[in-house]
Amino acid sequence: MTAVFPDIWPALPEIFLAVAGMALLLIGVFRGDGFTRPVSYLTVVVMLLAAILAMGYGAGRVVTFNGMFVMDAFGVFMKVLVLVSAALSVILSLGFNEREQMARFEYPVLMLFATLGMLMMISANDLISLYVGLETQSLALYVIAAFRRDSAKSSEAGLKYFVLGALSSGMLLYGASLLYGFAGTTSFDKIAALFAGGAHASPGVVIGLVFVLTGLAFKVTAAPFHMWAPDVYEGAPTPVTAFFAAAPKVAAIALLTRVLIEPFGHLTAQWHQVLVATAVLSMLIGSFAAIMQTNIKRLMAYSSIGHVGYAMVGLAAGNQDGVRGVLIYMALYVAMNIGAFAVILSMKAKGLMLEQIKDFSGLSKTNPMLAATMAIFMFSMAGIPPMAGFFGKLYVFLAAIEVQDYTLAVIGVLTSVVGAFYYLRIVKIMYFDEPLVVVDKVEDDGMTGILVVTSLFTLLFFVAPAPILNGAAAAAAALFAG
Amino acid sequence: MASWPLLSFTTFLPLVGVALILLFCRGTSPDVVRNVRYIALWTTLVTFVLTLFIWINFDPRNPGYQLVEKAPWIPDFGITYHMGVDGISVLFVVLSGFLMPMCVLASWESVQMRVKEYMIAFLALETLMIGMFCALDFVLFYMFFEGVLIPMFLIIGIWGGGRRVYAAFKFFLYTLLGSVLMLLAILAMYYVAGTTDIPTITATQFPRNMQLWLWLAFFASFAVKVPMWPVHTWLPDAHVEAPTAGSVILAGVLLKMGGYGFLRFNIPILPEATEYFTPLIYTLSVIAVIYTSLVALAQEDMKKLIAYSSVAHMGFVTIGMFALNQQGIEGSVFQMLSHGVVSGALFLCVGVVYDRLHTREIARYGGLVKNMPKYAVIFLFMTMASVGLPGTAGFVGEFLVLLGVFRDNTWVAALAATGMVLGAAYALWLYRRVVYGKLVKSDVKAMFDLNAREVAIFVPLVAVVLWMGVYPSSFLNVTSASVEHLIQTYQTKLAASHAASGVSVAAR
Repeated sequence: MTAVFPDIWPALPEIFLAVAGMALLLIGVFRGDGFTRPVSYLTVVVMLLAAILAMGYGAGRVVTFNGMFVMDAFGVFMKVLVLVSAALSVILSLGFNEREQMARFEYPVLMLFATLGMLMMISANDLISLYVGLETQSLALYVIAAFRRDSAKSSEAGLKYFVLGALSSGMLLYGASLLYGFAGTTSFDKIAALFAGGAHASPGVVIGLVFVLTGLAFKVTAAPFHMWAPDVYEGAPTPVTAFFAAAPKVAAIALLTRVLIEPFGHLTAQWHQVLVATAVLSMLIGSFAAIMQTNIKRLMAYSSIGHVGYAMVGLAAGNQDGVRGVLIYMALYVAMNIGAFAVILSMKAKGLMLEQIKDFSGLSKTNPMLAATMAIFMFSMAGIPPMAGFFGKLYVFLAAIEVQDYTLAVIGVLTSVVGAFYYLRIVKIMYFDEPLVVVDKVEDDGMTGILVVTSLFTLLFFVAPAPILNGAAAAAAALFAG
Repeated sequence: MASWPLLSFTTFLPLVGVALILLFCRGTSPDVVRNVRYIALWTTLVTFVLTLFIWINFDPRNPGYQLVEKAPWIPDFGITYHMGVDGISVLFVVLSGFLMPMCVLASWESVQMRVKEYMIAFLALETLMIGMFCALDFVLFYMFFEGVLIPMFLIIGIWGGGRRVYAAFKFFLYTLLGSVLMLLAILAMYYVAGTTDIPTITATQFPRNMQLWLWLAFFASFAVKVPMWPVHTWLPDAHVEAPTAGSVILAGVLLKMGGYGFLRFNIPILPEATEYFTPLIYTLSVIAVIYTSLVALAQEDMKKLIAYSSVAHMGFVTIGMFALNQQGIEGSVFQMLSHGVVSGALFLCVGVVYDRLHTREIARYGGLVKNMPKYAVIFLFMTMASVGLPGTAGFVGEFLVLLGVFRDNTWVAALAATGMVLGAAYALWLYRRVVYGKLVKSDVKAMFDLNAREVAIFVPLVAVVLWMGVYPSSFLNVTSASVEHLIQTYQTKLAASHAASGVSVAAR
């Protein structure tokens, strides 16, 4: 820790991303908006290269930058997941942005910087680097939410997101300051060592922890701090919504997991009920409130609230199997979610976007492949085997049963039945109802590619689940070894 | 032959048919649609032949699992791809294979809309059904068991009748609600046994208190599927709205999944809880037999009547298996097989007249014996089989069940026997109202008798029903060794736990 110059290799993906982001910004500035498509492609390439750099990182846990930054197998898994989902989100946005006259080069660059913030969050090993990562991400996201400047709804979404995001950041900072005051350190390692030594968790520490959890619950849209999500999801341009529902959520869940397991792993008794309560509320709100929705983006917002609830069931278990469940759940969730948003983005009639659920009526007749794809995602989100979503639920409930949280598990499976109702409703509208509008063909090659890849992944995950399951198991093990 | 993965091959062969349809049949021209139908028919026929191969290769004297295949699947969870059949499951595999070509044939003309999707749904359904009866790993079993919901939901919802959406949702959510609780029970068992392998779990002794909860979770799933009173209400709706072939599969195979589940899981794995809850099963089943028979008497709709009769017949099945003796369990397995064939045939009989007049209302028919003599004969035969006339399949199963339960509890036997009388009443009355009477309605007069395709569907069904009724040994021989083994397992485990609790009482 006394090195004058810190070991920068563990942070190579982040450094690469930051440098490339600035280069792309310069390219954009000099070449103008006409150059948006090449900049977007380059952004995708940069993100995938960063993912490869992250994967190239060997085993073991390394702490650098004076203990502020940590890299381990958990970080690798989550970073690859975030980078891949961000890259897919950039591809999703291409056609939409050009059609809706919002194709400006800042868009992919902002996504790149948001992703950089997410990688920082995943590797944060100190309350300060946590905050820096979180804010880097959030600031970029506020701008993207309001990216459609001439749309009142988009601006409203951006503003709402900003105000509530600032509020949650404030809470998080307040909690962090309490923690610093009562624990005397901001370093995760030192906090962990403190409580591992059997130190008594004073009320100040507990209150600080609850504030930090509240701030993070905002970011992962867990109930009861979810209320911004439906409005922002509905108001933001659809590709932005797709991005919001995937990468930032994964990063925030990763951060939450690390905070709970590494520094506060010995305080499970203190945070367990908090997590159980948020998980139950998220599952209930995610399933019941979604039933009445008429806008597909709002529905997806409630659906994502519910999915966070399921992931938290695994986290609440607070053990290695639970974390493995969370990782598997998030990986599968991202695939389904990006796929479902690819379908939503493909829903247009005569060039106009369709956002109402009733617009899906009879889709199986006008565009059978698109309908079949959406049906796969809906059944998967409902957790019906053999779709991928089932395995996510299987692993989180496995963890809940292991720590004998039977009530939580029963509530979880029962809400999943309620959730199945509204996912089935989409299938019903697509397959049982008569068409209202004729949906345009999917012309965008990138979009078609994403649809094919994500739907095949979701449908055929059960054939060879081992790579992702083993990766998640190794990542979870790394978190507990550290 | 032993090294050849016969079970997997049979299970996944229908998916090859799906792939062929997806690859080679594009467009909606009449030629393409005809090709789709032929691909589906040939796939189901070849699958049926393969299921017969399974039967031939099956050694009835061996009570254990045969034709076993095992491959690693999800190593960190200890889940394997484990397939195998024993005397209890092998005939259900054959039954699934047998009914499927009938379903394709029955839909030959009546389904004209979205034929491609229809056949794909049925072929996927066949894979899931056969796989479910062969699966020897809990997670694998659960995947097949739940996966069935997807194609069935679509079949009811897309090709169903007027209230098809309501029926499809009710079917899906009812069954899902039961099944998710079973999933938790499976996970809880995993923590005790350390595996999801069914034979290993069957050999594991679970604490009594845990058994009761696990039993209830499994019960939640299987009771809905059977269906037992009072969670049977999804069945009449689903049957009424489903297309004919959907009803055939629903009654013929899907209901058997519940009975099969009780036999495979509740009884051997959780013997103490089974002993504890047997009165509950008896009560619910007796209510089902008597109450739903009375309800069937009051029905105006042919399919609804047969649906309620299914609930009553499945009541016999659950009574028989919880008698827990050789006759009772063999009888209930036989009753499931015979009900699969007979109720399937009855739904096909309704389908025949529905295709001609497009109504299921009993009062709209009458006097069919005059212009549809062939139909009248077959319908009469199947009605008699449903009533349980000696010489038909229905008699053997009900007789064995009553015999078995009489040895265990005479009151239950006496009450269940009244169900047989009521069964005769509603079935014969249905037959009288539809087939006899004066042929006065002009549209009914215009109905023509069975065509060659329909005769081709019914001839094998009639032959099988007769075979099962006249020479049941060819079926009972297959099941008896495994049933004996099942009862042995049950009694050994029960005795062991009684002894254990006796010791602990004595120690205190």
